[in-house]
Amino acid sequence: MDTPARLRPMLRAAAIMLATAVAGPALTGTALAADPIRIGSVVSATGPAAFLGDPEAKTLKLYVDELNKKGGLLGRPVELVLYDDGGDANKARTFATRLVEDDKVVAMVGGTSTGATMAMIPVFEEAGIPFVSLAGGIEIIEPVRAFVFKTPHTDKTACQKIFEDMKARGITKIGLISGTDGFGKSMRNQCLKVIGQYGITVVADESYGATDSDMTPQLNKIKNTAGVEAVLNPGFGQGPAIVTRNYAQLGIKLPLYQSHGVASKSFIELAGPAAEGVRLPAPAILIGDKLAAVDPQKPVVAEYKTSYEKATGQPVSTFGGYGYDGIQLVARAIASAKSADPKKIRDALEATKGYVGVTGIYTFTPTDHLGLGTDSFRMLEIRGGDWALEAPAR
Amino acid sequence: MSEFLQLAFSGLTVGAIYALIGLGFTLIYNASDVINFAQGDFVMIGGMGTVFLMAAGLPLPVAALIALAAAVLVGLLLHRLAIEPARGASPVTLIMITIGASIFIKGVSQIIFDKQFHSLPAFSGDTPIPVGGATILPQSLWVMGTALALVVALYLFLEHTLVGKAVLATAANRLAAKLVGINVALVLALAFGLSAAIGALAGVVATPITLTRYDIGTLFTLKGFAAAMLGGMGNPVGAVVGGLLIGLIETFAAGYLSSTYKDAVAFLMILLVLLFLPRGLFGSRSVERV
Amino acid sequence: MKAVLRSRLTPLLALALVMALVPMIAPTSFHLRVAALVWIFALAALGLTILMGYAGQVSLGHAGFLGIGAYAVAIGPARLGLDPILCLVLGAVLAGLVAYGVGRPILKLKGYYLAIATLGFGVIVALVLHSETELTGGPDGMAVSRITLFGWRVTGALNWYWVSAGALLVGALLALNIAASPTGRALRALHDSEVAAAGAGIDVSAKKLAAFVVAAVYAAVAGGLLAAMNGLITPEAASFSHSVELVAMVIIGGLGSVFGTVLGAAFLVVLPQTLTAFQEYEQAVLGLLIMVFMIFLPQGIVPSLRALIEERLP
Repeated sequence: MDTPARLRPMLRAAAIMLATAVAGPALTGTALAADPIRIGSVVSATGPAAFLGDPEAKTLKLYVDELNKKGGLLGRPVELVLYDDGGDANKARTFATRLVEDDKVVAMVGGTSTGATMAMIPVFEEAGIPFVSLAGGIEIIEPVRAFVFKTPHTDKTACQKIFEDMKARGITKIGLISGTDGFGKSMRNQCLKVIGQYGITVVADESYGATDSDMTPQLNKIKNTAGVEAVLNPGFGQGPAIVTRNYAQLGIKLPLYQSHGVASKSFIELAGPAAEGVRLPAPAILIGDKLAAVDPQKPVVAEYKTSYEKATGQPVSTFGGYGYDGIQLVARAIASAKSADPKKIRDALEATKGYVGVTGIYTFTPTDHLGLGTDSFRMLEIRGGDWALEAPAR
Repeated sequence: MSEFLQLAFSGLTVGAIYALIGLGFTLIYNASDVINFAQGDFVMIGGMGTVFLMAAGLPLPVAALIALAAAVLVGLLLHRLAIEPARGASPVTLIMITIGASIFIKGVSQIIFDKQFHSLPAFSGDTPIPVGGATILPQSLWVMGTALALVVALYLFLEHTLVGKAVLATAANRLAAKLVGINVALVLALAFGLSAAIGALAGVVATPITLTRYDIGTLFTLKGFAAAMLGGMGNPVGAVVGGLLIGLIETFAAGYLSSTYKDAVAFLMILLVLLFLPRGLFGSRSVERV
Repeated sequence: MKAVLRSRLTPLLALALVMALVPMIAPTSFHLRVAALVWIFALAALGLTILMGYAGQVSLGHAGFLGIGAYAVAIGPARLGLDPILCLVLGAVLAGLVAYGVGRPILKLKGYYLAIATLGFGVIVALVLHSETELTGGPDGMAVSRITLFGWRVTGALNWYWVSAGALLVGALLALNIAASPTGRALRALHDSEVAAAGAGIDVSAKKLAAFVVAAVYAAVAGGLLAAMNGLITPEAASFSHSVELVAMVIIGGLGSVFGTVLGAAFLVVLPQTLTAFQEYEQAVLGLLIMVFMIFLPQGIVPSLRALIEERLP
């Protein structure tokens, strides 16, 4: 017999590949004997968005361990099934299918970028499994989808906060320099939508690529544009740090506004002395120690900061905070639903009222699956190499 | 005028970095006909290594030297463990091996280092120097100076030392080089080590400007490859001119045309040049033999 | 036995058999999705096999054509109200035309110069998809409407499995026919030596261009299927790393071998799924495996295995 001999190695190869594909997924968290409650996650732990996905992944692992130390949920251990999409929406989609079909998760916390989140939404909507996204885009929750929630502020809220501050300082003409990554583009669009309400106009509109290492040409154009009174830089990653440095290099004296996309201590380190005087909207987590003693977020923020920095040796960022709020919201929902049934978890999530997180205070409703207002942002200014709290818009 | 000058300074700084990476490509290509897609990762090792060694308390020059040595070691290992055993494989297979090496280096780096962006303090402060209405950072002078010094040193090495001449001879005709008693294996190792050192040094001087991260090598590989091809593969002068040109085109395109499409402008220029000079600006005009 | 090994239809039958077996042993629709992705990427890589394996021309920007096909299926129905199936065809035609326009000048370049030119093309396509937010939705991508085949709405992993498997089978059949045709023989001649091929009276540039256009059409169809299956497409589809991945599929499986290309695609699509167990070591292991495979099987998996089998047979 000729053919079988020819086919055998191929079939064997195919069989091995399938067998290995079936083999165990990455399990994290304490492996306990009882039937665990499985929570899924897909984040960009590597790739261009790794600086977001990495703290998210670390936070999720940390707090699932924490949950298990306290005896898990509903008397059952909690298991985190975490995958890395490497920043590729196609891979994210595949992992989402895997979480639903193969790992049988009851809830999902993840989706580092808006693109990855949008790619995964249909999978969880069809399966009827609640999905708490960690990405910023407004289209994730507008229109409202039954099973999709998110923890980060939308870019629109950040724009409003910034424009409120500009208006209070009497600024009416600004220059924009935006990153062309998903975050920068989305925020630029949202800002342009609401800017009219504050009587502010954009007189210079520049952009830079996500991996660019020199933004002096663009800033030079803004510098030479007549009438600019302040500059706003929607973007995240290393771009804003380079913009800030080039801004100082060109000796531009106008106020510089950054977005919540740079809200981590590493921005101050990367931008160096050039960061002095930069203003940005940011959640409470960055200024935990400067919050008023009566601030309800103070203890939550302090606890997260201590735990995260002890476990990872790295400074906290808002991005890890999104993960913290995501996993806490799901854990609370499972506890209050007294069930690990995805539909009941969803209902309990939507009924969340006044959950005090590190990003803000969340109240979900059937028409609002974000549940944060502009008051969850604080206007900060960088002074003496540290964050300083600005008084609310004067 | 001051705007033109400002853009030129930026372009030359970025271009000098590309030029150094292009030079690394050229060295390895000349000695072994391999296009090394892990070239940009040497830049990352230089930058990240220095950042983490400084964080461990070492002074900048010591940290930079150790990082440089680490990159050279990686370069030598790449040659010894991956390129040498695959000798005789087709060029695409060799490219694939270096791409695998690049993925491997990134994979290991994200574990040894981390996934965040890092910077180094500028060597001579952050105070911009005013020149003719524009400003230039002292670090830019460091980058351009390093590039210039390396080019001159490399030229002297290749043209005026015995070992350098052996490298050139190997590049010209490996079999003939072997016949006249040149230790070809040693020359190849030298090319990989040297090219890693150049890349790593570029990483050290550039990091205060470009910042660095475990995966920044891909970008540098792309630009360095483009620089080497624009100049004409195998020609060190071509690589340097190519790098500077790409840097300048990018910044002038961003300043005068469109900041969104500056990379497209750069690649269009490369395509245009190649249409008229299919072997790059300084490439040899050799004819393919049957 | 050797005759069977060399027969043109053997790999096709083997492929069809594997395609028929997978749904029987795949435990969940997740596994079906992974298999469907293998078929789709194999289809894209098959085009490159014709270009690289037959004609000996390298392309480091092939994901650009995949992106054109994918966005045709996304943009056509959403912005122009066209039928998705029609857009799949239009995308393939568009990719072919672009390949013709771009290929005419740049295919004159040789070796690494062609590599940088195609790379530049890919970067430009990705940049356009990334930047023209009004049209393409920008970096976060855009939604793709469902494909309806004669009133049958193609959804679900199993349906997509069969659609993608069918597309690949047709693609493989065509590729094998091209290989055996006079054009295929001419391409192989020019793979060995362009000068000699020209001397033998082969219109070298026309043949190269034809291979380039065919390769683009394969990639565009695969891109269209990918977009329609996922329901969302991002500019990542046209990225440089995707181009490199396609080339890797062709080389790892075995340059010039149709079955090898499928195996190469399977290798690179399935591997990341199995490597998740290594967690943070995933990338390092992936890089290491690619290096090890290329060092020890420099010809690629299938040609190396074939040589091994032929050696052992009397």
